[in-house]
Parts: sequence; C-alpha cells; structure tokens
Amino acid sequence: MKYPDNLRYTKTHEWVLLEDDGIVTVGISDYAQDALGDVVFVELPEVGEQVDAGEGVAAVESVKTASDIYAPVSGEIVEVNTDLTDQPELLNTEPYGGGWIFRIRPDNPADVEKLLEASAYREFAESQ
Amino acid sequence: MITDTDVTVDSPLIFEHSRPGRRGVLPPRAPEVDLAALLGAENLRSEPPKLPEVDELTLVRHYTNLSRRQIGIDVAFYPLGSCTMKYNPKVHEAAVQLFADLHPYQDPSTAQGALQVMYELQRDLGEITGMDAVTLQPAAGAHGELTGIMIIRAYHASRGEGEQRRVVLVPDSAHGSNPATASMAGYQVKEIPSGPDGEVNLEALRAELGPHVAAIMLTNPNTLGLFEERILEIARLTHQAGALLYYDGANLNAIMGMARPGDMGFDVVHLNLHKTFTVPHGGGGPGSGPVGVKARLAPFLPVPVVVKQGETYALDYDRPQSIGQVRSFFGNFGALLRAYAYIKMLGAEGIKKSAALAVLNANYLKELLKAEGFRVPYDRICMHEFVAQPPEGIKTLDVAKGLLEMGYHPPTVYFPLIVKEALMVEPTETESKETLEQFARAMGEVIRKDKEWLEHAPYSTPVRRLDEVQANRKPKLRWGG
Repeated sequence: MKYPDNLRYTKTHEWVLLEDDGIVTVGISDYAQDALGDVVFVELPEVGEQVDAGEGVAAVESVKTASDIYAPVSGEIVEVNTDLTDQPELLNTEPYGGGWIFRIRPDNPADVEKLLEASAYREFAESQ
Repeated sequence: MITDTDVTVDSPLIFEHSRPGRRGVLPPRAPEVDLAALLGAENLRSEPPKLPEVDELTLVRHYTNLSRRQIGIDVAFYPLGSCTMKYNPKVHEAAVQLFADLHPYQDPSTAQGALQVMYELQRDLGEITGMDAVTLQPAAGAHGELTGIMIIRAYHASRGEGEQRRVVLVPDSAHGSNPATASMAGYQVKEIPSGPDGEVNLEALRAELGPHVAAIMLTNPNTLGLFEERILEIARLTHQAGALLYYDGANLNAIMGMARPGDMGFDVVHLNLHKTFTVPHGGGGPGSGPVGVKARLAPFLPVPVVVKQGETYALDYDRPQSIGQVRSFFGNFGALLRAYAYIKMLGAEGIKKSAALAVLNANYLKELLKAEGFRVPYDRICMHEFVAQPPEGIKTLDVAKGLLEMGYHPPTVYFPLIVKEALMVEPTETESKETLEQFARAMGEVIRKDKEWLEHAPYSTPVRRLDEVQANRKPKLRWGG
C-alpha cells in the first residue's frame, strides 16, 4: 500500500495535493481504492460549485459498495476529472495519478496544513 | 456450457426463436372495421409491433426452461437479510382469484367487496403499526418511503417551516433507499454514526438535531438485527427539535404484534407487504408499500383514501391538503388481497407467534453459524436477522458463490456498510429447524473448502462466476438482434 509523502490525507481517505498555483487536487488513497474494490462508476461534482470542508461532493461506486467523497477543504470546485466517466478503473490503477477526482480553489490554502501527513494517515488507515 | 440440468447457458431469447408466420393460436377472424375511424388515425401504428412469432410448444418450453434456472423460495432456502423471504402461502392465490374480473374503472357501488378489503386492510395495518391513518397506494417499499417523506415535507410546509427544515438524518447502518429517498424529496442527507453497540449514537444525534432538521429515518430493529433500545429517548429528542420520526418498515417482521412503531414515537411508517405480509417478491415486483401516519399527518395522505360512510365504502378524493395521487388507481390490488388474507388467517395471536418464531430462528441460526466458525461482530440476542463475517482471510463474495454451488441463495452480502465482509442473514419464521441446520452445515462446508475451490465457485449452475465489474462498467442492456 502506497502513502506518498508529498500528499496530505483525511480520515475519510481522500488525498490532497496543494499545487504551485494554489489549487488543491483531490483523489482517494491507495488504501481506499483497495477497500472499495473495482470501481465501476464515479459521480463528479459540478465545476463552479462552492463546497464546505466535510461536505459530500462526489460519489464512487464499486461492485460491492458506494461511498461518498468529501471535500477536504472549503472552496470552489474548479476542475473535475472527466476521464473517470469512461474509465472509472483509473481510481484503482492510478489512485495518485490519472485517478484524481476534482480540483478545488481553497478559501484558505493554509487549511491543507491541518490535514494528516502521510505517516499519521498510514497509521490511521492500517488500524482500520 | 451444458449442465446437468439440461439447460444450456446459451438458451436463446424468445425473439431468437421467432420465425415469420408461426403462431401459437389462431384467433377467429374478426369483422373488418375502420380502425382509424374507431381510434383516431394518430393513434395507429405505422408498422406492426415487433413481437416474436413462435408456436405454442416452443413458447412453453422456453419459459419452463427459464423457470427451472431460478432459485426462489419455493425451490430453496433464501436467507436474504432485510428482505424477509418468507413462504408465500398458496391459499392466498384463491383469494386473488375471487377478484380477478374486477376493473378499476368500475363504479364503487359495484365494487363494495374490494373497497371493504381495502378499508379493513388500512385499519389492520394501522392497528399493527400503531398509526391512525393508512394509504395503500405506494407500489413498493422505496415508493412508500418517498410518499412518507413527501407527507413530512407537506406537514412542515403547512406550518411555515418548509424552508427552514432542509435536512433528513439517517444512521450509517440505514438501508440505502433511506438517503436516496430523502435526496429525491429534495432534502440534504446527514449521516449519524452508530455507537460501539451497533445502535444510534445519541450524542451524535443530539449534535445534529435542530430547527433545520425535518425528519430522522430509522429502521427498528436496525440492519444489524438489533433493537434500538434507546428509541423512546430518540423519539423525545426528535420531537423536541420539531422534527418527525420516520419508520422504515423493512424489518417489521421481527416485532409485528409484539411492539408498535406508533407506541415508540414514530410519526410515519412504511410497510413492505411483499416482505412482512407474504406477498411474493423478487424480480422487481409487484410489491406494495403502504404508509401509515399519526393523526396530525393524516390530512396529507395521498388521495383517494377508502372511507366508510354508514354501511357504504367510498373513495374520498376531497382532501385539500393531500400530497396528491402517487400511483394510478388504488395501488397493487393483488398484493393488498394477499396481505389481507394473511392477516385474517393468522389473526392477532398468529401474527405475534410469527414474529416470535422469526426471532427464534434467527438466534438459533446465529449460534449454529458461530459453531461452524463464522464471526458475529455485534453478538447479542438478535431480532429477526443478524450480521456475520466469514473467518479471517475468506472473502464474503466467495462464500456467497460457494453457497450457490450448494443450492442456496446466498444471504445479503457487503451490507450493512459498517461491517466489513458482511453477511446479513434472515431466515424468517417459515423455515424448519432441519432446514436451518442443513444450511448452517452447508455454510460450514463452504468455508472449509480450499482457496482454489472457493475462488472459482460455483461450478454446476447455469452460468459460472460472472464478471461483475465488466457487467457494471459496460452493461449490455438490450438484445442486439
């Protein structure tokens, strides 16, 4: 199971990357994709939507379950990964790459600092 | 693949049997009439419908062979959790036959017997659930849920609180239809976590309750098969916040005749006649999902409601606050008849006894499965169902597929979501002790098979293990021919 050090994580198993342009990219962790099993459908948020931290903004369906994806920080959705519509399996094969789900312009970029670091998230995930 | 049931996997669709001009019956020649004049030219087809053309024997064989590939309650034990796959007494079909020639457009004065059945069923379901008024219209459980939540919405709107109450609370162990219903009715859904005992966490509930909450949707017993013992406190808190308490009736079988949602403080219930009241189900229906409400919500029920005026039964449409009609005609009348027959044949004592046996059977099977090596995460006296897990290292999906090989329909799998590798088992009251013991032995046998066998089961079913991922990602929903 991979937990890249350059990312931040949430207890609801999203990963977060603060990019140089101040935009935050969000996906689900390797642990999350493994627990879900083969993903068959991803429901994406709408670009332009204003979301609050902790709000369910997207949903992922696998053969055995469906799960909400929560906004890790408050802000505006600026981009969604439309590749997932035809290739939901990207969440399984490239959770930290081509399987990214949406990008948020955070109201406050410092909010990202409050999220879990890789080591803390690994400990949390492996105790589940 | 040819199987020992002499049914091939590739058995053709009825359309593939079609040959031009083949007929099963030759109807007598009708007199020529001008259809355009009779029906209106705009209602005529430009070409004939593409119906299959087959002879009678081909037709009979086709459907008989398909029926032999089914697993149903008449063939085998079917312990699907939260689905209450109980026996559907065949004598109920006789009751249905009595009404077979009825037409929904008949004048009520010529259908008094049918209206009497509906009136008495409304009353009986109200008595069983502790509700003051009942509608029989909704066509299924989820439809009942939607009707119930729309009634709640209309109630809040009538008090000027429609805009303010935008949230419906749902526990994390809820049936998926609950959040779907609330969302469909325009509400935001907020999840309430379960506590370590598997029941609603009261602290979390308190934190979420407030003037913005319209309702809480609860199943009691919940999907872990556990009775929510703090239900009176939950009801008190809910009402204190001005919200209403909704009862998902999927699990009523456990408490029918023993305890009433209305007495627990619930304001609205929906029932599944196709679960609890022996109406056959599976394959998508027809189901029936009556909704019962407390008196203060009765003005919002869908129209028509069956009423009794003196000695005459009538359909009452004059209800200005009604949410309107939610289904054509009067609901799935055939389902209503079966439920009515069931209630009348069991009587008050029989209904109580059926709930007691449902609970006894579930507890007995739970202990048998524990003895076979299954784990039970919330292990206490359960109600009509329980949630188990296979031993560490064995996947629930493989257990389910292995059970097919043993001739059983598997339990509900991977639900509720709060238990990993969940197997949700509901035996119902209609199974014998011997059947439960045989099933437990089969479950034990499956988990003792080697990994190779488990991963490739089933072996002798009409189709082997299906590619569920591809079926979901690239579904083929129509015949290409």
